[in-house]
Amino acid sequence: MSVDQNTVRHIARLARIAVRDDELPALAGELNTILDWVEQLGEVDTKGVEPMTSAVAMSMKMRDDVVTAGNLQKEVTENAPRAEDGFYVVPRVVE
Amino acid sequence: MTDLTKLTLAGARDALKKKEFTSLELTDAYLGAIEGAAALNAYVTVTGDEAREMAKASDLKLGKGQGGALEGLPLGIKDLFATKGVLTTACSHILDGFKPPYESQVTSNLWRDGAVMLGKLNNDEFAMGSSNETSFYGPVVNPWRRKGEETKIVPGGSSGGSSSAVAAKLCLAATATDTGGSIRQPAAFTGTVGIKPTYGRCSRWGIVAFASSLDQAGPIARDVRDAAIMLRSMAGYDDKDSTSVDRPVPDYEAALGQSLKGLRVGIPKEYRVDGMPAEIDALWQKGIDWLKAAGAEIVDVSLPHTKYALPTYYIVAPAECSSNLARYDGVRYGLRVEGKDITDMYEKTRAAGFGAEVRRRVLIGTYVLSAGYYDAYYLKAQQVRTLIARDFAEAYTKCDVLLTPTAPSAAFGIGEKTADPLSMYLNDVFTVTVNLAGLPGISVPAGLSSDGLPLGLQLIGKTFDEETLFRVAYALEEAAQFKAEPAVWWRA
Amino acid sequence: MMRNREPRSEDLIKGMTGDWEIVLGLEVHAQVTSKAKLFSGASAEFGAEPNTQVSFVDAAMPGMLPVINRYCVEQAVKTGLGLKAQINLRSIFDRKNYFYPDLPQGYQISQFKNPVVGEGEIVIDLAGGRSEVIGIERLHLEQDAGKSIHDLGPAASHVDLNRSGVALMEIVSKPDMRSADEAKAYVTKLRTILRYLGTCDGNMEEGSLRADVNVSVRKPGGPLGTRCEIKNVNSIRFIGQAIEYEARRQIEILEEGGKIVQETRLFDPKAGETRSMRSKEEAHDYRYFPDPDLLPLELKQADVDAIKARLPELPDDKKARLISEFGLSAYDATVLVGEKATADFFEAVAKGRDAKLASNWVTVELFGALNREGHSIETSPVSAEHLGKLIDLIADGTISGRIAKQIFESMYKTGGDPAEIVEKEGLRQVTDTTAIEAAIDAVIAANPDKVEQAKAKPSLAGWFVGQVMKSTSGKANPQVVNEILARKLGLSSEG
Ligand SMILES: [Mg+2]
Ligand SMILES: [Zn+2]
Repeated sequence: MSVDQNTVRHIARLARIAVRDDELPALAGELNTILDWVEQLGEVDTKGVEPMTSAVAMSMKMRDDVVTAGNLQKEVTENAPRAEDGFYVVPRVVE
Repeated sequence: MTDLTKLTLAGARDALKKKEFTSLELTDAYLGAIEGAAALNAYVTVTGDEAREMAKASDLKLGKGQGGALEGLPLGIKDLFATKGVLTTACSHILDGFKPPYESQVTSNLWRDGAVMLGKLNNDEFAMGSSNETSFYGPVVNPWRRKGEETKIVPGGSSGGSSSAVAAKLCLAATATDTGGSIRQPAAFTGTVGIKPTYGRCSRWGIVAFASSLDQAGPIARDVRDAAIMLRSMAGYDDKDSTSVDRPVPDYEAALGQSLKGLRVGIPKEYRVDGMPAEIDALWQKGIDWLKAAGAEIVDVSLPHTKYALPTYYIVAPAECSSNLARYDGVRYGLRVEGKDITDMYEKTRAAGFGAEVRRRVLIGTYVLSAGYYDAYYLKAQQVRTLIARDFAEAYTKCDVLLTPTAPSAAFGIGEKTADPLSMYLNDVFTVTVNLAGLPGISVPAGLSSDGLPLGLQLIGKTFDEETLFRVAYALEEAAQFKAEPAVWWRA
Repeated sequence: MMRNREPRSEDLIKGMTGDWEIVLGLEVHAQVTSKAKLFSGASAEFGAEPNTQVSFVDAAMPGMLPVINRYCVEQAVKTGLGLKAQINLRSIFDRKNYFYPDLPQGYQISQFKNPVVGEGEIVIDLAGGRSEVIGIERLHLEQDAGKSIHDLGPAASHVDLNRSGVALMEIVSKPDMRSADEAKAYVTKLRTILRYLGTCDGNMEEGSLRADVNVSVRKPGGPLGTRCEIKNVNSIRFIGQAIEYEARRQIEILEEGGKIVQETRLFDPKAGETRSMRSKEEAHDYRYFPDPDLLPLELKQADVDAIKARLPELPDDKKARLISEFGLSAYDATVLVGEKATADFFEAVAKGRDAKLASNWVTVELFGALNREGHSIETSPVSAEHLGKLIDLIADGTISGRIAKQIFESMYKTGGDPAEIVEKEGLRQVTDTTAIEAAIDAVIAANPDKVEQAKAKPSLAGWFVGQVMKSTSGKANPQVVNEILARKLGLSSEG
């Protein structure tokens, strides 16, 4: 599997990273080098092997239904590039 | 007064208890050393005022014969750890100006035990790198130089600020994180000790995430004892981290000096890779001989899927990071580059905010998770990961601990490998298996390369058996008698 | 997969080229009733000041990690059991990756491949006593997103993350429905079940229950057509309108030789039409993968069994019991079980009383008044206890049925006790034959001509009853009046 420049443009879009057209050839080259290299995993017989879901063998702990956080409007917005009246502000999103 | 920074963490701890000097004096000594070491670029933020306040508070406690296990001991903190009210950027442009309103669990544990924070240490951007050259704040320089050369050498990565600072005595010890070798490889490159504990041993809460299923915090320290003391404070169950494991933290220091009689040390044959320098091989053999002499039994073991570990890692880690880094969007914190609409803003912000290596990994990760490729890449990699973990489980039926080199070479020069990402990735060939299987691993300095740079040996343990690691590491340290120190060339 | 159903001619839509069949599947997002969010300790309550119910986890601050709320998991299991569904003892949380300002993590934690609840079913109740079984495909737990407000400032959207991370159950039906009425009945019934279980309050105005409707059309019984998904419809009425509009739109396109484009659409209630959501149309690739911050969710069969043992009686069971235990009609029973509170109210009234009488009083008189006054059963001024007492007063002859209606009105206004109202207003039924006889004698004496006529035409006796009731302000026991009157007029008492 080899990625072409259109594919790079598409995944850059999915990842929301602006990529200039003149960067595409080099990026495609780098990505292909890495992808070609990881392709060697194809050699491994993994039929019937469970994919790892966690590096630790344990089941998930659960917390109680108790409110433990809140009233942090200042704390959660003070680092925002733009905030107003307790809201985060972003360019208008059209639906 | 003699140079207080010469003492180890354990030495300083004992001296403070005996009131030979104060924490404030010790802290000032370190702040002075840091000031004189700008050439290393190890610190990205120095919190001198806070450090002196913390030291004074510790002195009050020490004066009353009180205080925790790390009372008054000045440490450096990798910039990946959120520190409340103190700039935390993961050395990425995208986290410009971010001051977290919370403190990471690991650093909270350190402050609980009385430690003093000197500042934030440089690292590869979002911990993605093996040489600390991807930091937005520039590369970190290794205090070590090749014999007779002035070439700037990398300190390893991603915890390069931590390894450089510990090696150059700019802190007693440092926090670090390890996703594919980022504690052990820099430790090996700088003649320091670094341990990545078992996945789940240290809380990940408040540590900027790179690859969640692999990330684990641990210390870089001057010797095995210091690492044991540090890890005991850093580790512990945290109910805020679903992957944290609820089991008591042993007194690791107590494991040091215990006999190796009856201990079986496995030597995995697959770690003898093509093109590995002879001196690394020779060092490995020395390690085998040292442990044998200390009473251990040496057994040959096989980890047949070793060669697939790096490609597996370079699917799993980018996949997880592509998702973990989606939150850096210019809305709630950090950098924002305005755009004509929301998508434009996202794209410009993330293009400007992420460096080349981060961008590369996010794109790879996005690709391997995308429709039609998930099974071939991500699912396949997670299956191979299961096989890698099984290899270890199988090996541990024959031995108690594994001995390997930490890295396939000594530290290299800054800029030598940046043009070729793959050659950089190969640095992690011996360390990455451990992350994939969630096991603990420790790097101990064991000798010098022919051109005078430190080399490390790695011990890999069973899940949650850090005590055995410390016990064997201590024996290795005793046998190696690694006393070399870098010449102080950087002091301004 | 989907149920094979013979198309019903009533459900078909007449087009220019013949009949069309609508195929509908619904994805309902139901907010889990809980105090805290699914993966954070912030409050899940509705309507707070912006970003005040947001933890560092909800704001996706660097290094923050999710920890699951046990109660939300139990609520999902409980709902699964209520839908007679398969409970999966091992399920996985996945990340659904996409960028949106009200999705702070850049991904939604959801369940993709291995949901906590598998296949189940719902019986829906339709007009004329018809019912249909609608298959449930799955139920999974996921996080809600925040809210973007687009009209607070020029060229800007304002983001509030209070809802971000609130637990949702996404309940996916099979494409088993064939008409807007069935879809409405499905949501109605699902809402009823959720409210019985107490796992979702079903409040559609506050967005606790939202439906995504998948609509396609086909020739009756033919192969499935391309579907469009109408997102986030937030009232049962709108669901019906959206389906009707969308089905006709698709039929029109197909009949003109066009093709349906699979897409996401929005229902505009003001215009009564669906519109393409072009902004969201850009190729979506959610890149699902298991969330590495979480472990597999493992449940013990014993815990599931314990939840099952504590399950309340569900509407279908309650309906069957009301029919068998109280002898109610299927229609009355269906009406009564629509809300658990109503059924409970009825049972409290009916207990130890004439069930038919109780059902009448609840469904006709009380519901009539509640509807007129815009009250709900929860805010009813007449309590079950008082309504029961009223029925007792009728049964023991203290009041007549007619007076009872008058007392009921007073009870509705004042919330008063019927026995007290009877005493205070002197409404006790007169059964004293001497008093009734005197009243009858007075009417007979005043209307000798009518007496003669009644003797010839016994049906005129009714006029005398009316006069007597009037002169006794309706308090005379009608049965006693009839008997004495018959005797006095020389008619048989059956007359
Ligand atoms: Mg959906
Ligand atoms: Zn959903």
